[in-house]
Amino acid sequence: MAVAPTPAERFIQGILPENPVYRQLLGLCPTLAVTNGLKAAMTMAGAVAFVLFCANIVTSMIRHLLKPHLRIVIFTLIIATFVTITDRFLAAYMYDMSKRLGPYIPLIIVNCIIICRCEVCASRQSVFTAGADALGQATGYALALASIASVREILGTGTLFGMQVLPTAWPNWVIMILPPGAFMTLGLLLGAVNWFEQRRSEKANSKRG
Amino acid sequence: MEPMAPSTLERLKHNYILQAWLVLMLALFFGASLAGVHLKLGPRIEQNKINETRKRIPELILGSAQVEELTKEGKSLIVEPHTVSVEKDGRKVFYTIYEAKYPDGKLAGWVAKSSGQGYADKIELLVGFSPSIETITGIFILDQKETPGLGNKIITVDWRQQFSNIKTVQPIQVTKTGAKDPNQIDAITGATISSRSVTRIVNTTVNDLRGPLTAMAANVKGK
Repeated sequence: MAVAPTPAERFIQGILPENPVYRQLLGLCPTLAVTNGLKAAMTMAGAVAFVLFCANIVTSMIRHLLKPHLRIVIFTLIIATFVTITDRFLAAYMYDMSKRLGPYIPLIIVNCIIICRCEVCASRQSVFTAGADALGQATGYALALASIASVREILGTGTLFGMQVLPTAWPNWVIMILPPGAFMTLGLLLGAVNWFEQRRSEKANSKRG
Repeated sequence: MEPMAPSTLERLKHNYILQAWLVLMLALFFGASLAGVHLKLGPRIEQNKINETRKRIPELILGSAQVEELTKEGKSLIVEPHTVSVEKDGRKVFYTIYEAKYPDGKLAGWVAKSSGQGYADKIELLVGFSPSIETITGIFILDQKETPGLGNKIITVDWRQQFSNIKTVQPIQVTKTGAKDPNQIDAITGATISSRSVTRIVNTTVNDLRGPLTAMAANVKGK
Protein backbone atom coordinates (compact mmCIF):
# COMPACT_ATOMS: atom_id res chain seq x y z
CA MET A 1 0.00 0.00 0.00
CA ALA A 2 1.15 3.49 -0.80
CA VAL A 3 2.49 5.67 1.97
CA ALA A 4 -0.29 7.68 3.63
CA PRO A 5 -0.27 11.35 2.57
CA THR A 6 1.23 13.87 4.98
CA PRO A 7 -0.84 16.73 6.49
CA ALA A 8 0.61 19.21 3.97
CA GLU A 9 -0.18 16.90 1.06
CA ARG A 10 -3.71 16.41 2.34
CA PHE A 11 -4.23 20.15 2.59
CA ILE A 12 -2.89 20.91 -0.90
CA GLN A 13 -4.80 18.03 -2.50
CA GLY A 14 -8.10 19.30 -1.18
CA ILE A 15 -7.73 22.66 -2.88
CA LEU A 16 -7.34 21.65 -6.50
CA PRO A 17 -5.90 18.20 -7.30
CA GLU A 18 -8.72 16.53 -5.34
CA ASN A 19 -11.18 19.42 -5.23
CA PRO A 20 -14.43 18.01 -3.83
CA VAL A 21 -16.59 19.65 -6.50
CA TYR A 22 -14.42 19.85 -9.62
CA ARG A 23 -12.37 16.68 -9.24
CA GLN A 24 -14.40 14.35 -7.01
CA LEU A 25 -17.84 15.61 -8.10
CA LEU A 26 -19.15 15.29 -4.55
CA GLY A 27 -21.71 17.42 -2.74
CA LEU A 28 -23.21 18.69 -5.97
CA CYS A 29 -26.77 19.10 -4.70
CA PRO A 30 -26.03 22.08 -2.41
CA THR A 31 -23.45 23.28 -4.93
CA LEU A 32 -26.20 23.72 -7.50
CA ALA A 33 -28.84 24.91 -5.08
CA VAL A 34 -27.21 27.66 -3.03
CA THR A 35 -24.93 29.29 -5.59
CA ASN A 36 -27.32 31.90 -6.98
CA GLY A 37 -25.69 34.48 -4.72
CA LEU A 38 -22.17 34.75 -3.34
CA LYS A 39 -23.34 35.51 0.20
CA ALA A 40 -25.49 32.39 0.48
CA ALA A 41 -22.74 30.31 -1.10
CA MET A 42 -20.14 31.56 1.37
CA THR A 43 -22.43 30.92 4.34
CA MET A 44 -22.93 27.40 3.05
CA ALA A 45 -19.16 26.96 2.58
CA GLY A 46 -18.60 28.18 6.14
CA ALA A 47 -21.16 25.76 7.53
CA VAL A 48 -19.65 22.86 5.61
CA ALA A 49 -16.13 23.87 6.72
CA PHE A 50 -17.18 23.88 10.39
CA VAL A 51 -18.92 20.52 10.17
CA LEU A 52 -16.13 18.96 8.10
CA PHE A 53 -13.41 20.14 10.48
CA CYS A 54 -15.18 19.06 13.67
CA ALA A 55 -16.31 15.73 12.22
CA ASN A 56 -12.80 14.95 10.95
CA ILE A 57 -11.19 15.82 14.31
CA VAL A 58 -13.67 13.79 16.39
CA THR A 59 -13.56 10.82 14.01
CA SER A 60 -9.80 10.83 14.05
CA MET A 61 -9.72 10.97 17.87
CA ILE A 62 -11.85 7.84 18.20
CA ARG A 63 -10.45 6.04 15.13
CA HIS A 64 -8.91 3.20 17.18
CA LEU A 65 -12.28 2.40 18.75
CA LEU A 66 -14.18 2.14 15.46
CA LYS A 67 -15.55 -1.24 14.42
CA PRO A 68 -15.81 -1.79 10.65
CA HIS A 69 -19.53 -2.60 10.68
CA LEU A 70 -20.44 0.27 12.99
CA ARG A 71 -18.28 3.01 11.53
CA ILE A 72 -20.85 4.57 9.17
CA VAL A 73 -23.36 4.86 12.02
CA ILE A 74 -20.78 6.68 14.10
CA PHE A 75 -19.76 9.00 11.25
CA THR A 76 -23.39 9.92 10.68
CA LEU A 77 -23.95 10.49 14.40
CA ILE A 78 -20.95 12.83 14.64
CA ILE A 79 -21.88 14.72 11.46
CA ALA A 80 -25.53 15.08 12.45
CA THR A 81 -24.56 16.56 15.80
CA PHE A 82 -22.37 19.27 14.31
CA VAL A 83 -24.87 20.01 11.55
CA THR A 84 -27.62 20.52 14.13
CA ILE A 85 -25.38 22.88 16.10
CA THR A 86 -24.67 24.85 12.89
CA ASP A 87 -28.34 24.94 11.97
CA ARG A 88 -29.38 26.27 15.39
CA PHE A 89 -26.54 28.78 15.40
CA LEU A 90 -27.59 30.19 12.02
CA ALA A 91 -31.23 30.36 13.10
CA ALA A 92 -30.20 32.30 16.20
CA TYR A 93 -27.67 34.72 14.74
CA MET A 94 -28.28 34.85 10.97
CA TYR A 95 -32.02 34.31 10.81
CA ASP A 96 -32.63 35.61 7.28
CA MET A 97 -29.76 33.61 5.84
CA SER A 98 -30.96 30.55 7.72
CA LYS A 99 -34.37 30.92 6.11
CA ARG A 100 -32.83 31.46 2.69
CA LEU A 101 -30.67 28.34 2.90
CA GLY A 102 -33.66 26.46 4.34
CA PRO A 103 -33.27 22.70 4.25
CA TYR A 104 -29.78 22.78 2.72
CA ILE A 105 -28.16 23.27 6.12
CA PRO A 106 -29.84 20.20 7.70
CA LEU A 107 -29.05 18.35 4.46
CA ILE A 108 -25.29 18.74 5.14
CA ILE A 109 -25.81 15.58 7.23
CA VAL A 110 -26.05 13.58 4.03
CA ASN A 111 -23.40 15.59 2.18
CA CYS A 112 -21.04 12.97 0.81
CA ILE A 113 -17.94 15.19 1.02
CA ILE A 114 -17.90 14.93 4.80
CA ILE A 115 -18.59 11.23 5.12
CA CYS A 116 -16.02 10.64 2.37
CA ARG A 117 -13.32 12.53 4.32
CA CYS A 118 -14.20 10.64 7.53
CA GLU A 119 -13.85 7.35 5.67
CA VAL A 120 -10.83 8.14 3.52
CA CYS A 121 -8.74 10.20 5.90
CA ALA A 122 -9.98 10.82 9.44
CA SER A 123 -10.70 7.20 10.36
CA ARG A 124 -7.15 6.20 9.32
CA GLN A 125 -4.86 9.10 10.08
CA SER A 126 -3.80 11.27 13.00
CA VAL A 127 -5.82 14.17 14.32
CA PHE A 128 -3.38 16.68 12.82
CA THR A 129 -3.57 15.15 9.36
CA ALA A 130 -7.35 14.90 9.59
CA GLY A 131 -7.54 18.57 10.52
CA ALA A 132 -5.30 19.59 7.62
CA ASP A 133 -7.38 17.42 5.29
CA ALA A 134 -10.60 19.08 6.47
CA LEU A 135 -9.14 22.56 5.97
CA GLY A 136 -7.91 21.68 2.47
CA GLN A 137 -11.19 20.14 1.40
CA ALA A 138 -13.18 22.99 2.95
CA THR A 139 -11.04 25.54 1.10
CA GLY A 140 -11.50 23.62 -2.13
CA TYR A 141 -15.26 23.51 -1.59
CA ALA A 142 -15.40 27.23 -0.75
CA LEU A 143 -13.41 28.09 -3.90
CA ALA A 144 -15.68 25.93 -6.03
CA LEU A 145 -18.83 27.50 -4.58
CA ALA A 146 -17.35 30.99 -4.89
CA SER A 147 -16.45 30.49 -8.57
CA ILE A 148 -19.90 29.19 -9.51
CA ALA A 149 -21.75 31.74 -7.38
CA SER A 150 -19.72 34.67 -8.77
CA VAL A 151 -20.50 33.75 -12.36
CA ARG A 152 -24.19 33.24 -11.58
CA GLU A 153 -24.64 36.35 -9.46
CA ILE A 154 -22.76 38.66 -11.86
CA LEU A 155 -24.56 37.43 -14.97
CA GLY A 156 -27.89 36.88 -13.26
CA THR A 157 -28.30 40.10 -11.30
CA GLY A 158 -25.30 42.25 -12.23
CA THR A 159 -24.18 42.27 -8.61
CA LEU A 160 -21.54 40.63 -6.47
CA PHE A 161 -22.11 40.18 -2.74
CA GLY A 162 -25.20 42.31 -3.33
CA MET A 163 -23.15 45.23 -4.74
CA GLN A 164 -23.65 46.44 -8.30
CA VAL A 165 -20.62 45.49 -10.40
CA LEU A 166 -21.98 45.56 -13.95
CA PRO A 167 -23.48 48.74 -15.43
CA THR A 168 -27.18 48.97 -14.64
CA ALA A 169 -27.83 48.74 -18.39
CA TRP A 170 -26.88 45.07 -18.13
CA PRO A 171 -29.91 42.95 -19.00
CA ASN A 172 -29.99 40.51 -16.08
CA TRP A 173 -29.84 36.93 -17.33
CA VAL A 174 -32.52 35.65 -15.01
CA ILE A 175 -31.87 32.09 -16.13
CA MET A 176 -28.48 32.23 -14.39
CA ILE A 177 -30.05 32.51 -10.95
CA LEU A 178 -32.58 29.78 -11.78
CA PRO A 179 -31.68 26.07 -11.61
CA PRO A 180 -30.71 25.76 -15.33
CA GLY A 181 -28.07 28.45 -14.77
CA ALA A 182 -26.56 26.32 -12.03
CA PHE A 183 -26.19 23.32 -14.31
CA MET A 184 -24.77 25.34 -17.19
CA THR A 185 -22.25 27.17 -15.01
CA LEU A 186 -21.13 24.02 -13.25
CA GLY A 187 -20.81 22.19 -16.57
CA LEU A 188 -18.77 24.91 -18.23
CA LEU A 189 -16.47 25.47 -15.25
CA LEU A 190 -16.02 21.71 -14.85
CA GLY A 191 -15.07 21.51 -18.52
CA ALA A 192 -12.60 24.37 -18.10
CA VAL A 193 -10.95 22.77 -15.06
CA ASN A 194 -10.67 19.44 -16.86
CA TRP A 195 -9.20 21.10 -19.94
CA PHE A 196 -6.52 22.90 -17.92
CA GLU A 197 -5.77 19.73 -15.98
CA GLN A 198 -5.38 17.76 -19.21
CA ARG A 199 -3.07 20.33 -20.75
CA ARG A 200 -1.00 20.41 -17.59
CA SER A 201 -0.57 16.64 -17.48
CA GLU A 202 0.25 16.54 -21.22
CA LYS A 203 2.95 19.14 -20.72
CA ALA A 204 4.31 17.24 -17.74
CA ASN A 205 4.34 14.03 -19.78
CA SER A 206 6.07 15.57 -22.79
CA LYS A 207 8.78 17.02 -20.51
CA ARG A 208 9.35 13.64 -18.95
CA GLY A 209 9.37 11.92 -22.37
CA MET B 1 -19.86 -35.12 20.36
CA GLU B 2 -21.63 -32.14 21.79
CA PRO B 3 -20.61 -28.75 20.47
CA MET B 4 -18.56 -26.83 22.98
CA ALA B 5 -20.52 -24.18 24.84
CA PRO B 6 -19.08 -20.78 24.01
CA SER B 7 -17.47 -19.11 26.99
CA THR B 8 -19.21 -16.16 28.62
CA LEU B 9 -16.51 -13.83 27.36
CA GLU B 10 -16.97 -15.08 23.83
CA ARG B 11 -20.72 -14.54 24.03
CA LEU B 12 -20.30 -11.05 25.43
CA LYS B 13 -17.98 -10.21 22.55
CA HIS B 14 -20.70 -11.01 20.06
CA ASN B 15 -23.48 -9.24 21.87
CA TYR B 16 -24.78 -6.53 19.57
CA ILE B 17 -25.62 -4.12 22.36
CA LEU B 18 -22.15 -4.37 23.83
CA GLN B 19 -20.53 -3.98 20.42
CA ALA B 20 -22.44 -0.78 20.00
CA TRP B 21 -21.18 0.73 23.26
CA LEU B 22 -19.38 3.52 21.43
CA VAL B 23 -22.48 4.40 19.40
CA LEU B 24 -24.59 4.50 22.55
CA MET B 25 -22.08 6.56 24.51
CA LEU B 26 -21.66 9.05 21.66
CA ALA B 27 -25.41 9.30 21.20
CA LEU B 28 -25.86 10.08 24.89
CA PHE B 29 -23.04 12.60 24.92
CA PHE B 30 -24.11 14.32 21.67
CA GLY B 31 -27.72 14.31 22.76
CA ALA B 32 -26.79 16.09 25.97
CA SER B 33 -24.67 18.67 24.17
CA LEU B 34 -27.46 19.35 21.65
CA ALA B 35 -29.87 19.86 24.53
CA GLY B 36 -27.38 22.37 25.92
CA VAL B 37 -27.13 24.18 22.59
CA HIS B 38 -30.88 24.31 22.36
CA LEU B 39 -31.24 25.70 25.88
CA LYS B 40 -28.73 28.40 25.03
CA LEU B 41 -30.01 29.34 21.56
CA GLY B 42 -33.69 28.37 21.79
CA PRO B 43 -34.97 31.65 23.29
CA ARG B 44 -33.04 33.68 20.71
CA ILE B 45 -34.49 31.68 17.82
CA GLU B 46 -37.99 32.10 19.29
CA GLN B 47 -37.40 35.85 19.53
CA ASN B 48 -36.30 35.95 15.87
CA LYS B 49 -39.54 34.23 14.89
CA ILE B 50 -41.63 36.61 16.97
CA ASN B 51 -39.88 39.59 15.40
CA GLU B 52 -40.55 38.23 11.94
CA THR B 53 -44.18 37.55 12.81
CA ARG B 54 -44.65 41.13 13.99
CA LYS B 55 -43.01 42.44 10.82
CA ARG B 56 -45.41 40.44 8.66
CA ILE B 57 -48.65 41.30 10.43
CA PRO B 58 -49.51 44.65 8.72
CA GLU B 59 -48.94 43.24 5.23
CA LEU B 60 -50.89 40.10 6.04
CA ILE B 61 -53.96 42.04 7.12
CA LEU B 62 -53.94 45.08 4.87
CA GLY B 63 -51.96 43.97 1.83
CA SER B 64 -48.71 45.63 0.80
CA ALA B 65 -50.32 48.57 -1.07
CA GLN B 66 -52.24 49.77 1.94
CA VAL B 67 -49.29 49.26 4.25
CA GLU B 68 -47.22 51.53 2.00
CA GLU B 69 -49.91 54.20 2.16
CA LEU B 70 -50.05 53.93 5.93
CA THR B 71 -46.26 54.19 6.20
CA LYS B 72 -46.31 57.28 3.96
CA GLU B 73 -48.64 58.91 6.43
CA GLY B 74 -46.16 58.04 9.15
CA LYS B 75 -48.57 55.65 10.82
CA SER B 76 -48.37 51.99 11.69
CA LEU B 77 -50.68 49.39 13.11
CA ILE B 78 -50.73 48.76 16.84
CA VAL B 79 -50.24 45.05 17.45
CA GLU B 80 -51.20 43.35 20.68
CA PRO B 81 -50.56 39.64 21.34
CA HIS B 82 -53.11 37.38 23.05
CA THR B 83 -53.16 33.71 23.88
CA VAL B 84 -56.36 31.82 23.16
CA SER B 85 -56.99 28.29 24.35
CA VAL B 86 -59.39 26.07 22.47
CA GLU B 87 -60.84 22.86 23.88
CA LYS B 88 -60.40 20.09 21.31
CA ASP B 89 -60.86 16.32 21.70
CA GLY B 90 -60.64 16.71 25.46
CA ARG B 91 -57.38 18.65 25.46
CA LYS B 92 -56.49 22.27 25.30
CA VAL B 93 -54.83 23.76 22.24
CA PHE B 94 -53.19 27.15 22.54
CA TYR B 95 -53.01 29.75 19.79
CA THR B 96 -51.12 33.00 19.74
CA ILE B 97 -53.35 35.71 18.32
CA TYR B 98 -52.22 39.17 17.31
CA GLU B 99 -54.82 41.88 17.41
CA ALA B 100 -54.02 44.72 15.01
CA LYS B 101 -55.57 48.17 15.37
CA TYR B 102 -55.27 51.39 13.42
CA PRO B 103 -53.68 54.25 15.35
CA ASP B 104 -57.18 55.67 15.96
CA GLY B 105 -58.21 52.46 17.75
CA LYS B 106 -60.29 50.95 14.95
CA LEU B 107 -59.83 47.19 14.59
CA ALA B 108 -57.79 46.32 11.47
CA GLY B 109 -57.79 42.54 11.73
CA TRP B 110 -56.33 39.49 13.40
CA VAL B 111 -53.35 37.26 12.78
CA ALA B 112 -53.16 33.77 14.24
CA LYS B 113 -50.06 31.65 14.49
CA SER B 114 -50.63 27.98 13.77
CA SER B 115 -48.69 24.85 12.93
CA GLY B 116 -49.18 21.30 11.76
CA GLN B 117 -47.49 18.37 10.09
CA GLY B 118 -46.28 18.92 6.54
CA TYR B 119 -44.73 16.43 4.14
CA ALA B 120 -41.25 16.59 5.66
CA ASP B 121 -41.58 18.35 8.98
CA LYS B 122 -43.75 20.69 10.98
CA ILE B 123 -45.03 23.72 9.03
CA GLU B 124 -45.50 26.93 11.00
CA LEU B 125 -47.63 29.63 9.45
CA LEU B 126 -49.60 32.79 10.06
CA VAL B 127 -53.20 33.29 9.04
CA GLY B 128 -54.60 36.80 8.72
CA PHE B 129 -58.31 37.52 9.28
CA SER B 130 -60.50 40.50 8.55
CA PRO B 131 -61.93 42.22 11.67
CA SER B 132 -65.21 40.30 11.33
CA ILE B 133 -63.44 36.92 10.76
CA GLU B 134 -65.47 36.55 7.56
CA THR B 135 -62.49 36.45 5.23
CA ILE B 136 -58.92 35.25 5.33
CA THR B 137 -56.72 38.19 4.36
CA GLY B 138 -53.65 36.09 3.63
CA ILE B 139 -51.21 33.51 4.92
CA PHE B 140 -47.47 33.54 5.50
CA ILE B 141 -45.21 30.53 6.04
CA LEU B 142 -42.87 31.06 8.98
CA ASP B 143 -41.03 27.76 9.02
CA GLN B 144 -40.99 24.73 6.74
CA LYS B 145 -38.63 22.02 5.59
CA GLU B 146 -40.55 20.77 2.55
CA THR B 147 -38.77 19.28 -0.48
CA PRO B 148 -36.63 21.93 -2.20
CA GLY B 149 -37.96 22.79 -5.64
CA LEU B 150 -41.36 21.17 -5.06
CA GLY B 151 -42.95 21.42 -1.64
CA ASN B 152 -41.05 24.52 -0.62
CA LYS B 153 -42.98 26.47 -3.25
CA ILE B 154 -45.61 26.92 -0.54
CA ILE B 155 -43.59 29.96 0.55
CA THR B 156 -43.91 31.70 -2.83
CA VAL B 157 -46.15 34.77 -3.02
CA ASP B 158 -47.89 33.40 -6.10
CA TRP B 159 -49.13 30.33 -4.31
CA ARG B 160 -49.88 32.00 -0.99
CA GLN B 161 -51.91 34.69 -2.72
CA GLN B 162 -54.63 32.15 -3.43
CA PHE B 163 -55.55 32.26 0.23
CA SER B 164 -56.16 36.00 0.21
CA ASN B 165 -59.80 37.05 0.36
CA ILE B 166 -61.19 33.56 0.82
CA LYS B 167 -64.39 33.41 2.83
CA THR B 168 -64.19 31.42 6.03
CA VAL B 169 -67.74 29.96 5.85
CA GLN B 170 -66.70 26.86 3.92
CA PRO B 171 -63.50 24.87 4.40
CA ILE B 172 -60.89 25.45 1.69
CA GLN B 173 -60.39 22.65 -0.81
CA VAL B 174 -57.29 21.68 -2.76
CA THR B 175 -57.73 20.78 -6.40
CA LYS B 176 -55.36 19.51 -9.05
CA THR B 177 -57.55 20.42 -12.01
CA GLY B 178 -57.61 24.19 -11.70
CA ALA B 179 -59.54 26.10 -9.06
CA LYS B 180 -63.08 27.00 -10.13
CA ASP B 181 -64.97 27.68 -6.91
CA PRO B 182 -63.95 30.64 -4.77
CA ASN B 183 -63.00 28.33 -1.92
CA GLN B 184 -60.66 26.19 -4.02
CA ILE B 185 -56.88 26.34 -4.13
CA ASP B 186 -54.64 24.98 -6.87
CA ALA B 187 -52.21 22.35 -5.61
CA ILE B 188 -48.55 22.81 -6.44
CA THR B 189 -47.50 20.38 -9.18
CA GLY B 190 -45.50 17.59 -7.58
CA ALA B 191 -46.32 18.76 -4.09
CA THR B 192 -49.92 17.79 -3.46
CA ILE B 193 -49.19 16.70 0.09
CA SER B 194 -47.48 19.97 1.02
CA SER B 195 -50.35 21.93 -0.53
CA ARG B 196 -52.91 19.85 1.34
CA SER B 197 -51.00 20.17 4.61
CA VAL B 198 -51.01 23.96 4.45
CA THR B 199 -54.69 24.01 3.56
CA ARG B 200 -55.50 21.59 6.37
CA ILE B 201 -53.64 23.74 8.88
CA VAL B 202 -55.49 26.85 7.66
CA ASN B 203 -58.85 25.07 7.82
CA THR B 204 -58.18 23.79 11.34
CA THR B 205 -57.13 27.25 12.45
CA VAL B 206 -60.30 28.79 11.02
CA ASN B 207 -62.43 26.12 12.64
CA ASP B 208 -60.78 26.45 16.05
CA LEU B 209 -60.68 30.19 16.17
CA ARG B 210 -63.89 31.34 14.52
CA GLY B 211 -65.75 31.22 17.85
CA PRO B 212 -63.15 32.80 20.15
CA LEU B 213 -62.22 35.49 17.62
CA THR B 214 -65.83 36.50 16.95
CA ALA B 215 -66.28 36.86 20.70
CA MET B 216 -63.13 38.95 20.94
CA ALA B 217 -64.16 41.12 18.00
CA ALA B 218 -67.54 41.78 19.62
CA ASN B 219 -65.69 42.69 22.78
CA VAL B 220 -63.50 45.22 20.93
CA LYS B 221 -66.55 46.81 19.31
CA GLY B 222 -68.33 46.96 22.63
CA LYS B 223 -65.56 49.05 24.18
